[in-house]
Amino acid sequence: MLDISEITKKFDGLTVLNRFNLSVPRNGFTALVGPSGCGKSTFFDVLTGVVPKDSGTIYWLGKNLPSLGRKAAYMQQKDLLLPWFSLMNNALLPVKISNQINKASREKAQELFGRLGLDGFENYTPQQVSGGMRQRCALVRTLMFEHELVLLDEPLSALDAITRRSLQSLLVLLQSEFKKTILMITHDVEEALVLADEVLVLTNPPMRIRERFSLRGNKPRQRSDPELIRIREHILDELQSELTDEVY
Amino acid sequence: MKYTRLVSLGIFLIILGIWEAACRSFEVPDFILPVPSEIVMITITKWSVLLPHAGITALEILLGIGISLLISVPLATIMFARPSVEQALSPFLVASQAVPVFALAPLLVVWLGYGIASKVLMAAIIIFFPITVSLLEGYKNCEYEYAMFFRLMGAGFWKTLRLLYWPWALPYFFAGLKVGVSVATIGAVIGEWVGAQKGLGYLMIQSNARLRVDMVFAAILWLSAMGLCMWAFVGFMERRVIRWK
Repeated sequence: MLDISEITKKFDGLTVLNRFNLSVPRNGFTALVGPSGCGKSTFFDVLTGVVPKDSGTIYWLGKNLPSLGRKAAYMQQKDLLLPWFSLMNNALLPVKISNQINKASREKAQELFGRLGLDGFENYTPQQVSGGMRQRCALVRTLMFEHELVLLDEPLSALDAITRRSLQSLLVLLQSEFKKTILMITHDVEEALVLADEVLVLTNPPMRIRERFSLRGNKPRQRSDPELIRIREHILDELQSELTDEVY
Repeated sequence: MKYTRLVSLGIFLIILGIWEAACRSFEVPDFILPVPSEIVMITITKWSVLLPHAGITALEILLGIGISLLISVPLATIMFARPSVEQALSPFLVASQAVPVFALAPLLVVWLGYGIASKVLMAAIIIFFPITVSLLEGYKNCEYEYAMFFRLMGAGFWKTLRLLYWPWALPYFFAGLKVGVSVATIGAVIGEWVGAQKGLGYLMIQSNARLRVDMVFAAILWLSAMGLCMWAFVGFMERRVIRWK
C-alpha cells in the first residue's frame, strides 16, 4: 500500500502541508477533492519529488522512499504529448526513455491502442486528432510505464463533458483490469464519486482531511444514484464553506 | 499573399522606373549612377566574370556557416546545461558583437592572410551569435511541465535534450540561422574589402577604383541573390524538418 505519513511542506512561512497523513490500499482508487489553492498540487509535487518535502515519510509497498518520482506513472490535465512524434511514438516514450523498446512493448502499445479506441491512428500526430483522443493516447502512455502506482492530476478536466464521461470508464479500467493503485486529484466531485473507492475532502492550507467517504458498488457508478447525489451535495456544501472561511 | 507579393513587385518596378527615368532625363554619367537596365545587362552578360568571384564568396559564407554551427550548437547546449557557463560566457558573447566587424577585419587578414581563411572567420563571427542566442532561447523556452514530465519518467539530460529540448528549440534555431545567413554576406565582403585576391567584395573594390559602378551594382545584385537563395534554402529545410508547425 501507499502510506504517506506526517508530510510537512512550507513555502516562505506559509504552511501548505502540516504533518499530513494518507493511505491508499494496494489496487485501491482514492480521490482527493478540495478547494482551489488548498495544496493538492503541492502535495503531488512533494510526492513526485518535484519539490522536496520538509519532513515526513513516504512508504510504497513497504519501502521508505524519498519520493515516488520513478515509482509512479503520472498523468495530468495537459496531455503533454510531443507534437513531433506520432501518437504511437508518444505512447512508447516511457519505454524509449528506459531503453526497453522492443517488439513486445510495441505489441503492448498496439493492443492498448485497440482497447482505447485509437486503432488506425497510430501514425497521426497529436495536432491531427481531438482532445479526447490525445488524452486516450496519454492514458496509453501512462499504462506503458509498467508502474503499479498511478498519480492522476485532474486528468480529464480540460475535456468537454461528453468526452470526459467516456474517458472516465477508461480510468476505471486502470484499476479493474490493469490492477493499478490510483491516487487522483480532481475538482469534479461527481467524477470522484463515480470513480473512486474512497473520496477525501480537503481543507484550506494547511491541508488536512476534513471528511472521508468510502464508496462501494460497480464502477463507474450511476450518477443518478440518490445516495451519490446526497454525498455530492454534502461535499459541495463543505467545499463552499471552505471558500467562505477563506473569504471571511 | 499573392496580392501582397504583386504589390511588392509593383513598388520595386516603380522605384526602378523612376531611377531609370531620372538618370536618363538628367543625363547622369554611368560612373556616378548607371541606369537599372544597364546594371541588369551587366549582371547577366558579365556572368563569366562574376561567377568565379561569387563562387569564392559563397564558399567563404558556407564555410563560415559550417564553422559557426560547429561552435554555436554545442556552445548553446553547454550554456543551457550549465547556467554557470552561460553566466560566465555571456559578457564575452555580447562583447563579440559589440566590437564592429570592420575593426576585426584588418587584424584577421594580418593573422590569417589574404586567402579565404580570414573571410570565413569573419562570416563565422557574424553568424554564430544569432544562432547561439536563438538556440539557447529555444532550449529555455521549453515548457516546465514537459521538462518535469521527462524528469519523472527518469530521462537524463542528454535523452531529454534529444527527445524534448532539441525538437522544441528547432524553430528558434532556424530563426537564428535565417538571420545568420542573411547577414553572413556582410562578414565575407568586409573581409574581401580589407584584403583579398578573389570574391565579390574584391571585385567591387577593383571595379570601384576603375569607376565601373555598373559592375559594383552587378556584384551587389549577385550578393543579394546569394543571400536570398540561402535564406530560401533555410526556409525550405525548416519546413521539411519542422513538420508539426
